Order: sequence, then C-alpha cells, then structure tokens
Amino acid sequence: MKFWRQPGFWLPLALVFLWGGIVLVLKQDTIRETTFTVMMFMALASSLNILLGYTGYVSFGHIVFFGLGGYTGFFLISEMGWPLYPAALAGGALSGVIALLVGLAVLRLRGAYFALATIGINEAARAFVSNFGPFGGATGLFVNFSAYEKYGGAGQALWTTFTFLWITTLVVLLVSYLVKHSRFGLGLQAIREDEDAAMVMGVQAPRAKTITYVISAFFPGIIGTLYFFKNGNVEPGDAFQLHMSIEMLVMVMLGGMGTVLGPMVGATAYQGLRGYLLTSPIFKDLHLAVAGLILLLIILFVPAGAVGWVRGRLPALRRVLE
Amino acid sequence: MQLISSLTDGLLLGFVYGVAAMGLTLIWGVMTVINLAHGPVIALGMFGTYLFFTHLGLNPYLALAPVALFGLLLGFIIYGMAVHRVINAPHLSSLLATFAVNMIIIGLGTAIFSTSPQNIDYSLGSMQIGFLTIPFSRLLATLGAVLFTAALYLFLYFTRPGKAIRAVANNRRAAELMGIPSSQVLALSFGLGTMLAAVAGGLIATFFPFTILSGGPYELKSFVICVLGGLGNPLGALLGGLILGGLEGLIPTFMPVSWVPVVEFGLFVLVLLVKPSGLLGAK
Amino acid sequence: MKSWKLNAVILLTILGLLLPAAPSVFAAEKTVVIGYTASRTGKLNVEGMRQIHGLNLWIEQVNAAGGVKLPDGTVVKFAAKDYDDESKKERVQELYTKLINSDKADFLISPYSSPLADAAAVIAQQYNKIMITAGAASDSTYKKGFSLVYQAYTPASRYLTGALDLLGKLDPAAKKIAIIHEKDKFSTDVVNALKAYGESKGYQIALFEGYDSGATDFAPFINKIPADANAVMGGGHFADTSTFAKQLFEKGVKAKMVALLVAPPEPKFAELGDAAYGVIGASQWQPEAKYSAEAAKKAGIEWFGISVADFDKTYKAKFKEEPSYHSAGGYVAGLIVEYAIKKAGSTETAKVKKVLDEMNLMTFYGHLKFDNSPKAHGLQVAHEMVYTQWQKKDGKLVNQIVWPEAAQTAKAINYFPR
Repeated sequence: MKFWRQPGFWLPLALVFLWGGIVLVLKQDTIRETTFTVMMFMALASSLNILLGYTGYVSFGHIVFFGLGGYTGFFLISEMGWPLYPAALAGGALSGVIALLVGLAVLRLRGAYFALATIGINEAARAFVSNFGPFGGATGLFVNFSAYEKYGGAGQALWTTFTFLWITTLVVLLVSYLVKHSRFGLGLQAIREDEDAAMVMGVQAPRAKTITYVISAFFPGIIGTLYFFKNGNVEPGDAFQLHMSIEMLVMVMLGGMGTVLGPMVGATAYQGLRGYLLTSPIFKDLHLAVAGLILLLIILFVPAGAVGWVRGRLPALRRVLE
Repeated sequence: MQLISSLTDGLLLGFVYGVAAMGLTLIWGVMTVINLAHGPVIALGMFGTYLFFTHLGLNPYLALAPVALFGLLLGFIIYGMAVHRVINAPHLSSLLATFAVNMIIIGLGTAIFSTSPQNIDYSLGSMQIGFLTIPFSRLLATLGAVLFTAALYLFLYFTRPGKAIRAVANNRRAAELMGIPSSQVLALSFGLGTMLAAVAGGLIATFFPFTILSGGPYELKSFVICVLGGLGNPLGALLGGLILGGLEGLIPTFMPVSWVPVVEFGLFVLVLLVKPSGLLGAK
Repeated sequence: MKSWKLNAVILLTILGLLLPAAPSVFAAEKTVVIGYTASRTGKLNVEGMRQIHGLNLWIEQVNAAGGVKLPDGTVVKFAAKDYDDESKKERVQELYTKLINSDKADFLISPYSSPLADAAAVIAQQYNKIMITAGAASDSTYKKGFSLVYQAYTPASRYLTGALDLLGKLDPAAKKIAIIHEKDKFSTDVVNALKAYGESKGYQIALFEGYDSGATDFAPFINKIPADANAVMGGGHFADTSTFAKQLFEKGVKAKMVALLVAPPEPKFAELGDAAYGVIGASQWQPEAKYSAEAAKKAGIEWFGISVADFDKTYKAKFKEEPSYHSAGGYVAGLIVEYAIKKAGSTETAKVKKVLDEMNLMTFYGHLKFDNSPKAHGLQVAHEMVYTQWQKKDGKLVNQIVWPEAAQTAKAINYFPR
C-alpha cells in the first residue's frame, strides 16, 4: 500500500498547508497570532500523540521537552548569538538526547507509574533550571530587541517564526502518519494493546518505546525555541507549566488519540474555544468554568474524541480520517 | 539548633500533607483514578473553613466538621457527575474528566472569590520550648491530622462499609461476586477521598493564607507522598507525608532552600524506578 | 451591462474622492483607544484589578472634562479596551496584536508584572505604538533596546534601598541583614540592588535566599535567619509576601526592622492583624503624599492633572475602596498619555514620543522623567519611593509614611521589641 495514494495521508497535510498558506498570503497580523497559538498546540499535541496515541504511554509532563529544548535554543540565540534555525534544531536535538537518557530509565514503568514519573521529571527540571546559573536562574534569559533586526525587524521576525512553526507542524504531521503506518508503528500499537504479548510476538518493546519517546520529544524542543524567541524572554515558570502539559493531553483526547487528524482537530477546537471565551464579553469571568464544562461533556459523551467518533459512525470515512 | 527547629516544623507540616495525600491515594487504591480535582478540592476546603469562620463566626477547628461533610457530599457529586461514566474506560478518560472538574471549580472559584489571598484571622499565639517556637495552630493541625487518620483507619478496618471499600480495592470483580454493591462503594471511597482533601485544606487554612489556586502545590506534593508511601496505601501516605515534611525541614540546613524541590522530585522519580511499590511496599 | 459597470466605476470614484475628505468633515471628535491586558484572574489579580480601576477613573474624568483639544480643533476623547491575560504570558502577544489590529488601540498600557510587560513590549515596538508600563518595575525591561516603552514606576533597583537609609536612622548600630525574596525578575532585581547598596554601606548580608513564586511555607527560611539579624528584607508579590509576614510574626522573629515588597502598602494587608504591625513597605505612592502644584512651582517643575486629595476622594467614591499605589499607577499611566497628546498637539506616535522623551513633570503621583539614552530608554529616573509602616492609632492599624523624612506622617517604630 503506497501511502501517498491514501487520502488519509494528504488530508491533514493539505489542511495545515492551506491554512498556513492563506495566513501567509493575507499577511494579517491578528490572524497570524491566533494561528500561531493554535498551530503551536497542534504541533505539540501531535508530537505527544506519537507517544501517547501509538504506544499508550501517558506522558504527563511532556512539556519538559518544550521547556528544556526552548531554554537551550534560546540560550544559543541570546548568549551565543546563533541564528534562529540552527538554534531551534539544536533545542530539538537536546530534547531528543534527554528523552533518550530519561527514556532508558523511565520507560520501564507502566501505566500511572510512568505518568507520575514524567510529572516528577518536569518538576525536577523546573526546579533545577531555576537554580541553574548559565540559564539565568529564576529570572531567565532575554534577547535584546535589536536581535530581531537580523530578521528584518520585529514584524518580519514574527513572520519568520510563524513560517518556521508552520513547516514544523507539517513535518510533525508527516512523521505522525509515517510512524502510524510503518511496521515500526504496528509494533507500537501492539505494545499499546498488550505489551507482554507484543514482546512475545517479537516486538523489541524497550527499543521501540525509546525511539518513539525521542521522536515525540524532538519537536517540542523546536517549538519551545520558536515560542520563546517570539516572546523575547524565557523564565522557568513559563517553560515548565504542568498545566500546559495537561492541556496537551486534553487536546489529543478531544480530537481522538491514536489518529493523525485527531490532535489537529482537538488543538483547534480547544484553543479556538479558549480564545473565544477569553475575549468574549459574556463569559468574561466564567471562561474557565465554561471551557471545563464543555470539556467534561465531551469526555463523558464522546469518549473516543471527535475523529474517533466519526470513524466509528462512518466506516466509509476511515481511510480519509487517519 | 536550626536543624531541630527546622525538622520540627517540617514534621508537623508533614502530618497535614499526609492527610491530603491519603485522599488521593485512597481514590487511586480503590478505583485506579488519578484525581486531578484534588488540588481545587483542597482549596475549597480552605474557603469552606474561611466562610464558616468569617460569616458564621464558627471556630475554625469546629468548622472542620461541616467542611468534612461538605467534602464528602462534593465527592459524591463529582463521582456521580464526572467519574462514574468513565470508571471502566481507559484511565486517561477519568484523568481528563477530573481535570475538567478542576477547571470548573477553579473557574467558578475565581469568579466568586477572585484570586486574592484570604486569611483566617485567628491567632493562638506560639509555644516556646527552649529555643523552639511552635505556633499553636500548627500543633493543633497536626493533632487534627492524627485524629482524622485514626478515624479513617478505624473506619476502614472495623466497619462494614470500610471493609467493603478494602474488598473492592483488592479485587473489584470478586467483591461484586460476593454481593458488594460496587458503585456505592466507589462513590463512598471517592467521597472519603475528597473529604480528606477538604479537611487537609481546612487545616492548612488555619495557618497559611490561601487563594483559590493554592491547592495546586499540595496536589503535587500529594503525588510525591503517595509514591513514597506506596500508591493506594493510605497509612503509607501518612508516613510519606512525614518523610516529605522531614526532608523539607532537613535539606535547607545544608543547602539553599530553592534546591528542595530538585531533591524532592529527584527522589520521587528514583523511588518510582527502584521501588515503585513505595518505601513501605512489601513486594 | 456596460452601463452597470460604468455606474459602479463612477460610484467608486465618488466614494474614493469623498473618503479622504471625510475626516475633516467629522474631525470634531476623535476617540483614542487605550488598549491593555490585565490580570483579571490568576495570581496577580489584586494588583491587576486596582490598576484597571485607576485607569477607568482617569478615562471617566478626562472625558467628563471635555477630553483633550488639539490645535487643529479636534477633540480627543478616550476609551479603554482590555482583555484578561489570566496573569499568564501565554496569550499576551496574541491579545496585544489583537488590540492593535482589531480593536485599533492607539496607545498601550502594559500588563501587570515585568515578564508579561516584556512580551507585550515586543509587540508594541513592532507596531510603533507607545506603551506606558505600570507595574513592570524590573530594570531589565528597559535595557532590551525598546524605544517606545515608558516606565511609570520607580524601577526595582531603587525600591528598597531607601529602607536601608531608614534602618541607619532607626538603629545606627545595626549591621546584619537577612534578605529573603521571591525568585522572579522584579524581586530579584530589587534585592540584587539592595545587596550591593547594603554592602557598600558596610552592612553584612547574613542570609540571601530566594523562594519560588507561589510559596506558602516560609518556615525553612525563617529558621535560617540568624538570631542576631537586625533587619529582615525582601518578599515579592502580594500573596507570598503577606504569608511571609504572617509567619515571621508567628515565629517570633526578633529583628528591629522588617521591610517587604508590594504587600504592605496594600490596604488589604491589615487583615493580617497583629502580624502586620510594624512591617515596613515600599510604596510608589500613598494617599498621604504631599505632592502639590505649589511645591512643583517652587521646584521649577511643570505640574499636571488632578490633586492628591481629589484623586483619593473620587477614587473612594467610585470604587468604595482605599486607593493603593497600584490604583494610582493605573491612573497616572493614562495621565501621562493625556499630557503627552496635549503637549504634542497630536496623537502621532513620533510626536508624542518626542514629548515623552523630554518630559519633566510633577503630578499627584510624584515626579516623572524618563531616561532617553538608548542604553536604558524609558527607565523612570525621577520618581521616588515612600516607605510606609503599619502602626497602631487608637487600637486600630493604620499605615503611616515613615520615610523620607520630608513626607513623614509618623516616626518609624521598631518591629521588635514591640
């Protein structure tokens, strides 16, 4: 089966490609900012989904890779004067390396124990970074405004960052699809259903899990660098927010875990909803409660997530909605 | 000298941490649900005590009784509304359901109470033993924590519903076959879990100012404690609380206080890796 | 068909001719939108809400007084547009972009707290909009190369240094200081400057530790304070600092002076009861402040705006609460914009910026002047802190100004022995 003949392969890519493309053509700043937030979470949720959806391992503190990678990338930009692209890639690479080391130890744990361990790692990393001198300790790092000059001024720099994020998102979705439909991915899904049985069937579970963990940690590192570069500063409190980590899980679940399209839909819906409630005058003080209520209703009544629900109802669409 | 006073403070606080963690670990032990609404319930316990104290003039320690009752009822409500439907779904669903409850409570709480810090203006003074200065409020809180733990222990081991809870925790299927109505037992355990959280919140409110967001750090500490004491083991949680409190007292005597969380969470991950059944766990 | 197209072209041409002319026809009144995000929810909500109140009061008053008249006859009125940033950085840039592009904000006010203000400054600068920061006291914001960001507050580096001068007066024999501070940008800037100043004055910094934002248990820190420390200084924002003060009291700390950031000047601090007694706070402004048009005239500085007493009175009448310096900060942020527009006779960024760069002004809130060197552009260089202390008057806690001596409403007392 050639994957490029499958509509399910093209659909998510085409959607994101078009969306980003339209934003770039319109050159409208408000739309760019809104899209940036949504797309950032789309990419984060999708990379979490590569681990969560395919292997069933719940990484609760996945934001640690966003934080550590972002810190590294930002450090390279602000202290070492690196350009954005290599710095972001280096941030991603560092996240990958850390995931490799951590994964070797932590991936032996299963279920809730793994989930709790990832929380511990995130909190330990946050506490460590806020004591770590080279990263500016608790007050973090910043770039001088003139750093944006290299990219043709701040306005242009934000567009560059957006374009980079757009490409990253496309790559994440591509990787997500390829992993799911490879032999490797089938092994992962076997682990998800029953790890012991999978090992008996010859899946090299420890290695496969570690590789997946590294992949799903790499992208948040890049995205972290982009996000902090755009903000102009980075602090431990912003970089390692457990809350953001849980929101990533929420988005994956909303859309449907284990699908390529799901995290996309989930991120768009969740961020769209939050953004709308936050700026709408009616819900001014109640936006959080309303978002929580809607979320609860979805979890109770559409537990498979939007994409999972549609796939369950309309089998004909299964090849389109991967 | 600094060591002793620091350690005393830590241990006293550890008892209260222990109560909060017991609630979390009880729910986990019985139904393998990680209750992410734990923190906000702690915060509600704080506000409950505060409201009884400021509006009804009730002594904050007496207020613990209605707060406990309220916590129990709140637990039933949360269980019935959010958890019951997803109890047999993959564990991520219950996680998200409780997270949604977390958002609702925080959202409503912010709208009603705002996030400005509240404070129970009820001072009992301090006790002076040699160089040790111990605020009475902390001593009483410790006493309250011990009482609640003892009550929970008696309940679990010597009453019928308590025994039913333990049976369900042990093996829900088998318990159902023996005629134990498992959904009632699950609701009861969830209620007890949130009750403990609310009580812990009430105790904390007697000596720390708080906001509607204050539950978060205690929720995190509860995770650490549960793992130290062994997930699902309520008495282990109390011990875990003491260990954590002790560490918080001990570490600052030889390194900057800001390194405490690094050590705490490092230890947490280490225990998970080496002895996931907890420091007390037999197997 | 053809005629239809022709008609359309004619119509469009007429419209095109009319449009540029339109403003001059309706130019009599123009509404300038002040855009900002504020901490309506989240951990900084006390400080944030007061700032909103202050700003709203200014808008109401300036509009009621007929707005600002420009030389070309236009009358400028003001309106505010704000969003909730939840005290988090996550959406600050998105919301500011929205404020500028969708809500057409002409001038900006910063969100509360330095990290949020930094993120917003990137956007303000990029769109060539002037942003007045209120509640972003950290010095570092102004060393990042922004040229349109102006600080209304005394910067962090001068926040607590005056308290040391006060200590010298209170107890000339004092030499040991313990500093315990929140580990965020603002408080760290404050205590680093304090430490350097203290050491230059020959004080020994016996303890220098930071706690995480949101900390509740200060016992480990308090236990580390040496028994013979003469002063305890530091703190951070409202929630943590009031907790800290409460525990200092419960633990019976025996220091002559306790001077803390942000929380003590807030009227709500009195809820701590006995624990508040004797605590010194650094305040940007107090209702008892003695700034006046006469004093300004004597010093040869231009005066602008409302008097201290009027601000105090109208604020209390409108919001049924005591104004704090955060309230005054919100008001003065608007006042600065009003002054600059009036003086520039225009709402154009470049002209207003020129006025701000050269501004040297006295207001109800104090003396205002901005650094205009490229190195620290926009940094507040004139405004002075006042130091307050909770004392007892007829058995009730009242906040008195104890430093500088010229502004004193009461003499400073010891924290211990009380």
